[in-house]
Amino acid sequence: MEKRVKFKGIWLPILLVLPQILITAIFFFYPAGQAIWQSLFIPDPFGLSMQWVGLGNFEFLLSDRYYRASFVTTAVFSILVTVVSMGVALYLAVLADRLVRGSGTYRTLLIWPYAVAPAVAGVLWLFMFNTRVGVVTWYLGLLGYDWNHVLNEGEAMGLVVIASAWGRISYNFLFFLAGLQAIPRSVIEAAAIDGAHFWTRFRTIVFPLLSPTTFFLLVVNIIYSFFETFGVIHTITSGGPQQATTILVYKVYADGFVGQDLGSSAAQSVILLAIVSILTVIQFKYIERRVHY
Amino acid sequence: MATLTLSNVKKSFGKTDVIHGISIDVADGEFIVIVGPSGCGKSTLLRMVAGLETVTSGEVQIDGHRVNDLEPMDRDIAMVFQNYALYPHMSVFDNMAYGLKIAKTPRAEIEERVAQAARLLQLETYLQRKPRELSGGQRQRVAMGRAIVRKPAVFLFDEPLSNLDAKLRVQMRLEIKALQRELGVTALYVTHDQVEAMTMADRMVVMNGGMADQIGAPLEVYANPATEFVAGFIGSPPTNFLSAEIIGQSGDARIGVRPEHTRLSDSGNLKARTVYSEALGAETLVHLKCADGTQVTVRQDAASTIPQEGTEVGLDWDRANEMRFDSSGRRC
Repeated sequence: MEKRVKFKGIWLPILLVLPQILITAIFFFYPAGQAIWQSLFIPDPFGLSMQWVGLGNFEFLLSDRYYRASFVTTAVFSILVTVVSMGVALYLAVLADRLVRGSGTYRTLLIWPYAVAPAVAGVLWLFMFNTRVGVVTWYLGLLGYDWNHVLNEGEAMGLVVIASAWGRISYNFLFFLAGLQAIPRSVIEAAAIDGAHFWTRFRTIVFPLLSPTTFFLLVVNIIYSFFETFGVIHTITSGGPQQATTILVYKVYADGFVGQDLGSSAAQSVILLAIVSILTVIQFKYIERRVHY
Repeated sequence: MATLTLSNVKKSFGKTDVIHGISIDVADGEFIVIVGPSGCGKSTLLRMVAGLETVTSGEVQIDGHRVNDLEPMDRDIAMVFQNYALYPHMSVFDNMAYGLKIAKTPRAEIEERVAQAARLLQLETYLQRKPRELSGGQRQRVAMGRAIVRKPAVFLFDEPLSNLDAKLRVQMRLEIKALQRELGVTALYVTHDQVEAMTMADRMVVMNGGMADQIGAPLEVYANPATEFVAGFIGSPPTNFLSAEIIGQSGDARIGVRPEHTRLSDSGNLKARTVYSEALGAETLVHLKCADGTQVTVRQDAASTIPQEGTEVGLDWDRANEMRFDSSGRRC
């Protein structure tokens, strides 16, 4: 039976949900409304006057070669971050799940990177791959590879992907491990008796039963790679070289606060907002249908 | 169809010995029930036959071939688990067809074999459902179906009925036994329920603390228990145990007499006070307490007169029904 509380008046329930509504209103609806409003104007750099341009900012953006390139960059970046962080996490979780002894230690060690802030993680990786003093760069040099992410666009993308995915692996690992341990042992054993070898079992039994976890992580990781990777990109590449790592969020910052084009920046925020909304709807509507349970 | 042989099979987890050496020869088509209390090692023994646990020492043979080092899938066995272990994301059909699909059986044959099993188990109308849409008894049947379609040499059952309610358990008990006869397949069935063991087994293995106390046909085990444990475990209500002293004999032997062999009588060589009686309709169980505190149960015909609670009565039995056990619990 569902437990329902019935209130006599209207004021108490309003009071109870008020804190949540206030937080959402002040930190989401108000700034989002402001962004939509601002996206219709071009202000002067000092904020003294605003000129109404209607959808001019959007028109300009959509015909802008760099902005369209940033879309592609974002897509590449978020797919890579999601695939790398979830793939590695799943692999580690499968290994940890098979472990009988020492799994506690292994788990604890794997969780640590999650406690590292994105900007700090960015700096850590930056030092390792620094073109002059980086350890990894030096070893790569010994192997005859000249690492230079400051000039090479592919290397820059690779580095921000690794740095962004690294901290995420811990988080995904935890969820995957919990998901794996929730699968009854006897189901796996039944499949083994039915003749399925490890990879067949993984493909036909474990992975489908893990799909609620996978779906959840997919949504969370894509949103993460869209928004929360700002720190990593800012510390490592600042969007370069030649805007090769300028994802949409970074471009909002770069155009608005560095380029002082606040109207365009606001318009970009609005587009970003729309993209994330659409992504979320698509994910829940279509992908969830194929999720079991 | 096959024979199954266990020769001095032992199992240890680290330094703890769980199974201390069990040997048994199972004939082709025989239904063997392994019965014992929780923690006696009966499930471990079954899992060793299945290949889900390694065999520490000894040998497991299926149809004369040593299978100790074979993977479960190569042993030609099927297992029904206590929690059914159905694949929750697959339909009933796919659950049953899974093993055949992996074996790359032709589609037509898969459909035929699943249909056949479904008919046998009355699951025809449920083939497209998911396990979560089925009742406990139906899930149990799907688990059986999954075992049947593969036509294994040996069926293994790990307490398959313990998640069902009492009524369904009685029904499924009969169904499983009938099915096993019909298919003529060798079966190893683990349970803690002595009624299941008595009713289903061709022969039963009574396990206690990692050892097989007795192996034999149910009625033979009932009539002639090899140890005090078997006498106490098989049969409900359990056998009455008395020390030899209180019936005026010497030595430290213990005497066991089944409740249906114990009589209330005025003469009797033992006095006891009635504590409580349970009228079950066809019979009445009278619980008594001897002077030294030993509890005794007497099974009385419902028609006979039942003494008032608290009265002192005599107990009697035929010496032929007496079972004597030495201090180590062995029959003597």
